[in-house]
Amino acid sequence: MPPVVSTRPVIVVRDVTKVYGMGDVEVRALDGVSLVIERGDHVAIMGASGSGKSTLMNILGALDAPTTGRYVLDGEDVGTLGDAALADIRNRRIGFVFQSFNLIPRTTALANVELPLAYAGMKRARRRERARTALAAVGLADRLDHLPNELSGGQQQRVAIARAIVTNPSMILADEPTGALDSRSTAEVLTIFDRLNVQGRTIIVITHEEEVARHAKRVVRLRDGRIVSDERQAPVEGRPPLLMEVPA
Amino acid sequence: MNLESVRIALGGIRANKLRSTLTMLGILIGVGAVIVLVAVGSGSAAASRQRLEALGSNTLTVTAGGFGLGNRGGTQSRRIVIDDDDVASLGDPALAPSIAKVVPLVNGQSVTASYNGASATPQQVQGTTPALFDVRNLRLAGGAAFTDADVDARSKVAVIGLTVAKNLLGETADVSQLLGQTVRFANSNLTVIGILKARGSNGVQDQDNVAFVPITTMRDLVSGNSKRVDQVVIQATGRAATATAQLEATAVLQGNHPGSRSNSFLVLNQASLLETQDANNQTFTVLLGAVAAISLLVGGIGVMNIMLVTVTERTREIGIRKAIGARRSDILGQFLTEAVLLTMLGGLLGVGAGLLGSRFTIVGVSPVVEPFSVFLAFGVAVVVGLFFGIYPANRAAQLRPIDALRYE
Repeated sequence: MPPVVSTRPVIVVRDVTKVYGMGDVEVRALDGVSLVIERGDHVAIMGASGSGKSTLMNILGALDAPTTGRYVLDGEDVGTLGDAALADIRNRRIGFVFQSFNLIPRTTALANVELPLAYAGMKRARRRERARTALAAVGLADRLDHLPNELSGGQQQRVAIARAIVTNPSMILADEPTGALDSRSTAEVLTIFDRLNVQGRTIIVITHEEEVARHAKRVVRLRDGRIVSDERQAPVEGRPPLLMEVPA
Repeated sequence: MNLESVRIALGGIRANKLRSTLTMLGILIGVGAVIVLVAVGSGSAAASRQRLEALGSNTLTVTAGGFGLGNRGGTQSRRIVIDDDDVASLGDPALAPSIAKVVPLVNGQSVTASYNGASATPQQVQGTTPALFDVRNLRLAGGAAFTDADVDARSKVAVIGLTVAKNLLGETADVSQLLGQTVRFANSNLTVIGILKARGSNGVQDQDNVAFVPITTMRDLVSGNSKRVDQVVIQATGRAATATAQLEATAVLQGNHPGSRSNSFLVLNQASLLETQDANNQTFTVLLGAVAAISLLVGGIGVMNIMLVTVTERTREIGIRKAIGARRSDILGQFLTEAVLLTMLGGLLGVGAGLLGSRFTIVGVSPVVEPFSVFLAFGVAVVVGLFFGIYPANRAAQLRPIDALRYE
């Protein structure tokens, strides 16, 4: 499936700063970050802890608002939106994958994946069908009725990925998605990301692991709230670097 | 409240069964208590009303006596004796226009009835006139009441209550076979011509353990040929006229007995007693209801407490939900629904418990379930859930997703 190439970038971040605290204890978590991410790209945002990458992730995920600067997601200026509109943005445009999986406890895999569609107001039968498809896409078709605590870490993270893609979002935003996984599960999850990217999904991974970054087409490095390097490892149109030699 | 949030809320309730059950128990007890206690209140009101109404609601009772503390030392109380002349005066429409009927009563003291070797001592054996049956609203299960002709002829007849009949025949016997039979009352043989319909207990005494005979027969039986009357039952022309009738009766008796004092006789107004009793019962019911309402309130505070704990405990879940697109209203709805569902379920169980509890006799009262109390208690339970759910639910809804996600 060829990626849909649009002239409009998914993300435009202009001169964003984020300042925590006031006066003497003021902390500049982000200090003038500008970033444009094209549709279909696979971007790794890297940095040590304290570099501001989590803050950037929160802003990109519409979980937090920048102190100054603009953030345009899919042509929509996120800074001007109210609470309900932000909830809709998170629901439809962003698929989150967290380090600690963040599945709803005591709720089956299927119900977890259905949840974003439920908040979007989709009918039960239809969202059930779509949730099934999404779970099948991450190889968990046989684990629909398992509770999170009955699944391994890797499986939980795959459920989380299924939940992230089920709404067909503009981008998948993953925050240290392999931070809590063993090497085998890490490989599985990264391969899933690569495949989703091949299918044309925009993927942004926040990480401090070089291994994760090697899967990305583009690596952006942050230090002290600023972008210090931005290198492209593979073209936007095409396969992610580690999938290039593998036939689809 | 849509189906989806109900489903999510039910999941939340199910996830913590013990806690949810205990919370519901608070509401259950509250709702059940309201229903049962109001039922007990109105049951006891109904019972005492029945007791007084059995006496006749627009009747007055005149009893001779030296009431109060006037019977000491040399000064005898001005006790009067009411007799047939007084009865005649009281029945004179010219003297007492508000009095419709006057019924004299002569009491027999410990009159034993015996039949076929069995004997019984009715609580009351009274001589009276046929008007009593009407004034006291006494109905017959079989046979007939005696008539004025029986009074004039000093007929040796009696109308007996069901308990007397059963005491004479045995608990399971067909009492109607006693009709026409001769029963020995004290030293006279009286023919049973009527058996009264069961009236049950008035809470103090068995109203069926009685026998009535013509007043003249009674005088023959026990008290010789005096004109003395122990009690006079007066029926006023209407319920509204009882107060006037009371004044008239007092005036007539004072006129007939010069020098009598206010404590020489007693004119008791059943209607005013009834009203007082009604008011007391109302207060009683309201008090019981209030006590129960407080327990409902306490149950509500329990709901709030648990919801606050739940919200704190599920902060992270709230963060996740917000991250994947839940709006404030979704979160608010979820927790509010959970609180209301808790109180609704508790309320329903409470209604069940209340209805069940009201089937038992409680401290001698058979509760009468008031439909309004059922709806009110259940409604209040739901409102309690809404009211005490709003604060915790709102607290959950206002959480910033990023703070909620970070919460450990």
